[in-house]
Amino acid sequence: MARGVTTQRKIINTTAAWAVGLLIFFPILWTILTSFKTEATAIADPPVFLAFDWTMENYTAVLERSDYARFLWNSIIIAGGSTVLGIIIAVPAAWSMAFVPSKRTKDILLWMLSTKMLPAVGVLYPIYLIFIRMGLLDTRLGLTIVLMLINLPIIVWMLYTYFKEIPGEILEAARMDGATLREEVLYILTPMAIPGIASTLLLNVILAWNEAFWTLNLTAAKAAPLTAFIASYSSPEGLFYAKLSAASTMAIAPILILGWFSQKQLVSGLTFGAVK
Amino acid sequence: MSLKKSLLAATALTCATAFSAHAQTTVTIATVNNGDMVRMQGLADEFTAANPDITLEWVTLEENVLRQRVTQDIAAKGGQFDVMTIGTYEVPIWGAQNWLVSLNDLPAEWDADDILPAIRDGLTIDGELYAAPFYGESSMVMYRTDLMEKAGLDMPEAPTWATIRTAAEAMTDKDNEIYGICLRGKAGWGENMAFLTAMSNSFGARWFDENWAPQLDSDEWAATVNFYMDLLNNYGPPGASTNGFNENLSLFQQGKCGMWIDATVAASFVTNPTDSTVADKVGFALAPDNGLGKRGNWLWAWSLAIPAGSDATDAAKKFIAWATSKDYTALVAENEGWANVPPGTRISLYENPEYAKVPFADMTLKSINQADPSAPSVQPVPYTGVQFVAIPEFAGIATQVGQEISAALAGQQSVEQALEKAQALTVDEMEAAGY
Amino acid sequence: MATQHSRSAARFMMAPAVVLLLGWMLVPLIMTLFFSFKKYLPLRGGDLGWVGFDNYVRFVTSSAFWPSVLATLLIVGGVLIITVVLGVLLAVLLNQPMWGQGVVRILVIAPFFVMPTVSALVWKNMFMDPVNGLFAHIWKFFGAQPVEWLSEASMTSIIMIVSWQWLPFATLILLTAIQSLDGEQLEASEMDGAPPLARFGYIILPHLGRAITVVVLIQTIFLLSIFAEIFVTTQGSFGTRTLTYLIYQRVLESQNVGLGSAGGVYAIILANIVAIFLMRIVGKNLDA
Repeated sequence: MARGVTTQRKIINTTAAWAVGLLIFFPILWTILTSFKTEATAIADPPVFLAFDWTMENYTAVLERSDYARFLWNSIIIAGGSTVLGIIIAVPAAWSMAFVPSKRTKDILLWMLSTKMLPAVGVLYPIYLIFIRMGLLDTRLGLTIVLMLINLPIIVWMLYTYFKEIPGEILEAARMDGATLREEVLYILTPMAIPGIASTLLLNVILAWNEAFWTLNLTAAKAAPLTAFIASYSSPEGLFYAKLSAASTMAIAPILILGWFSQKQLVSGLTFGAVK
Repeated sequence: MSLKKSLLAATALTCATAFSAHAQTTVTIATVNNGDMVRMQGLADEFTAANPDITLEWVTLEENVLRQRVTQDIAAKGGQFDVMTIGTYEVPIWGAQNWLVSLNDLPAEWDADDILPAIRDGLTIDGELYAAPFYGESSMVMYRTDLMEKAGLDMPEAPTWATIRTAAEAMTDKDNEIYGICLRGKAGWGENMAFLTAMSNSFGARWFDENWAPQLDSDEWAATVNFYMDLLNNYGPPGASTNGFNENLSLFQQGKCGMWIDATVAASFVTNPTDSTVADKVGFALAPDNGLGKRGNWLWAWSLAIPAGSDATDAAKKFIAWATSKDYTALVAENEGWANVPPGTRISLYENPEYAKVPFADMTLKSINQADPSAPSVQPVPYTGVQFVAIPEFAGIATQVGQEISAALAGQQSVEQALEKAQALTVDEMEAAGY
Repeated sequence: MATQHSRSAARFMMAPAVVLLLGWMLVPLIMTLFFSFKKYLPLRGGDLGWVGFDNYVRFVTSSAFWPSVLATLLIVGGVLIITVVLGVLLAVLLNQPMWGQGVVRILVIAPFFVMPTVSALVWKNMFMDPVNGLFAHIWKFFGAQPVEWLSEASMTSIIMIVSWQWLPFATLILLTAIQSLDGEQLEASEMDGAPPLARFGYIILPHLGRAITVVVLIQTIFLLSIFAEIFVTTQGSFGTRTLTYLIYQRVLESQNVGLGSAGGVYAIILANIVAIFLMRIVGKNLDA
């Protein structure tokens, strides 16, 4: 960049940005650090930052008590499954909205978003009864469906905004060449939309992973994901900050790592049509 | 031909029985994440080793989430759990609805007559035992013997509220972060309202009169809440309005409380030298009274129950009989010492000379025996329950009342305002419930 | 361009998503409406008959109703203001040339990956606890009386926690929008000697209008129904009882499904009022 940026200004920028970044990240860092402390060090006054005897005892204790692998596996299946299912259903819908818009397209889109505003607590009872009737309680399938439905509006909208940015001329050209609708979607549109789809996928895995109302209320033992794992460590008798931190770290680590590795994809697509 | 057929049938039958005998029964247990339950989960391998055909699935949740989950499930008949951990509040309500499986037929060696009568009565409706107590508790005064000595005071075994106030005043040393008294302030029917309801009994207050008319606007309630407010505002720790059992436990263990009136089970935590800095300086006394004939102590038992409709009733019964047996007590004693045994359920435990050596054993038993769920208050009441009212609406009402009182404790409104609002919302909720 | 054929194909392709969402909306909605006209108390035997509009009247006349609407709007509004303002500032900062931009960006977006339950637990216990929390230690270090966050400043605390979770989302979208800004235009204005503040006000901010709209829309959808943050921290005490939480108390704590369902209908109405209001703005903005 040939812009006349003075080193001095760059230093100021860097310092400020790092300070803010670390400040925002600090609660997570502190949780991770605390998870390696003993319970006594965790509530020591004054607090210790780094100079303590690092211990793995909290992780051992948590692993001994709960079947972490099962919770993790359920989270992966439910978050991944609901996202993939959602995308499969949303791609055709978003395609038709983007390329064959009608007068009502935008109304439909906004209506879809508005379904997300239903307060979950208000419909817990009806959904619970339906789940009992259909034998879906405490099944991964049931949760996958619910989370898919919750996030479907977001998925449709995100995909719609990407598809809209794809120039219609390309599709028309393909159509002239005799491409069928299926081929059009499969071979032209989808590859062009891959960054968008990837970003949609990531965002929805995150949303589904962190969903804590339905996942807690519709599961017992078999399908319980990490949100339920955390519920068995929050507010026990006595203050167990270190163990709580270890459990918290274990619950957020997989998604944090995924997020960090894929942040480029996530960021590049996370526009919701905000950028023109 | 017919012989062959019947032979075939017989073989099939044998196979079927053989198969079902080996079939695994899964028992899904919903439980709370407190120390005793987590320990039981750890020791459950002993049970599955003895019963290889039973698999245990654990759903361990924090108290509030657990309560929400099991209530939702039993009310909607979801059938998610085979064993539920519930308290003395839920058992009479659910039992009356026939939602629980009677445990009258537990094996003889389980010895139902050995259960403390106060606890057993709370879990029995019309002669049917609907839940087996895992541990029982009352509340009592835990105090710092060294601080009392320093203040030149002596704690009687059965103090009055006035004694408590004097002691709290004498022990408070805010410069050194020592607060005379720690009490529950966090809103919730099982938090501040458990304490206040029990306390109000000793002040002669009651939730409802014989016609179910709410009584929160009575002078007795005002006296209770004002006294409580005065104690905490003057001699309590900062942030008392968000302190629940956990927070106070940690404060007491760190040596910041002179007295703490709370669950008897806390005694084993505050006297445990690995967690508590004041383990050897704790004394115990009965919950205070006001000379009106009732003490401010409660009665609670975390119990195991089987929801009606469970498809593993027999296996669940086996498990409950194991977890609440004398043998289980012995097992814990052997592994973790007598102080960690689940307390407050069996007469035989308190007759055991080994257990008598535990410093808080005697006072726990006395406290439990002091509580009378069928006549909790000085005045007559239409309900049972010491620190709760055994009607389905109580949890909702008391949590909201608790929030008003908590807000008053935080200085956001006066006691009069809080009780006025509490009375109004209680009247409203009772109306909605059809009283 | 759209032929009859492609139109019907489009309708066909849209069908699964529309039908599913219609089902997801209508089935619970109809059941909620059904329950809302009933006296339905699961712990007293379940269905106790029709009661007309009793539940609606009772819910709205309860002293908790209007404060809960206000609390909901306060939280949504507070979080939106904080995340948008800080988000814009942060996006501008992150857009500056610096060393280690990638790492800083990772640090900034990290809270978005944290489960609401976990973040509420961490903030409540390890930061806002008036005795053992980090804030209390800091206050004491400076000789001040530790703040009892969750009781004295309950609303502020919850807005803080939720803002922390959503700031990354706002920052990211705004950052992408800023990066799409024509660099030459900025440079030109810089050459012209426009002061930074003027550049920000006349070029950057107008350009961000659309992105801000999107942030507001998406966040509102999620914020209207926040639950875990309140359940874990204050359980609705000290004026933090939102409409969602009030419904939770009616349905699950009081086990009054009829009353709670009536509350659910009100919440849907509130959500739709907010939605219509939002859609008006967004609709306009998205057309452009």
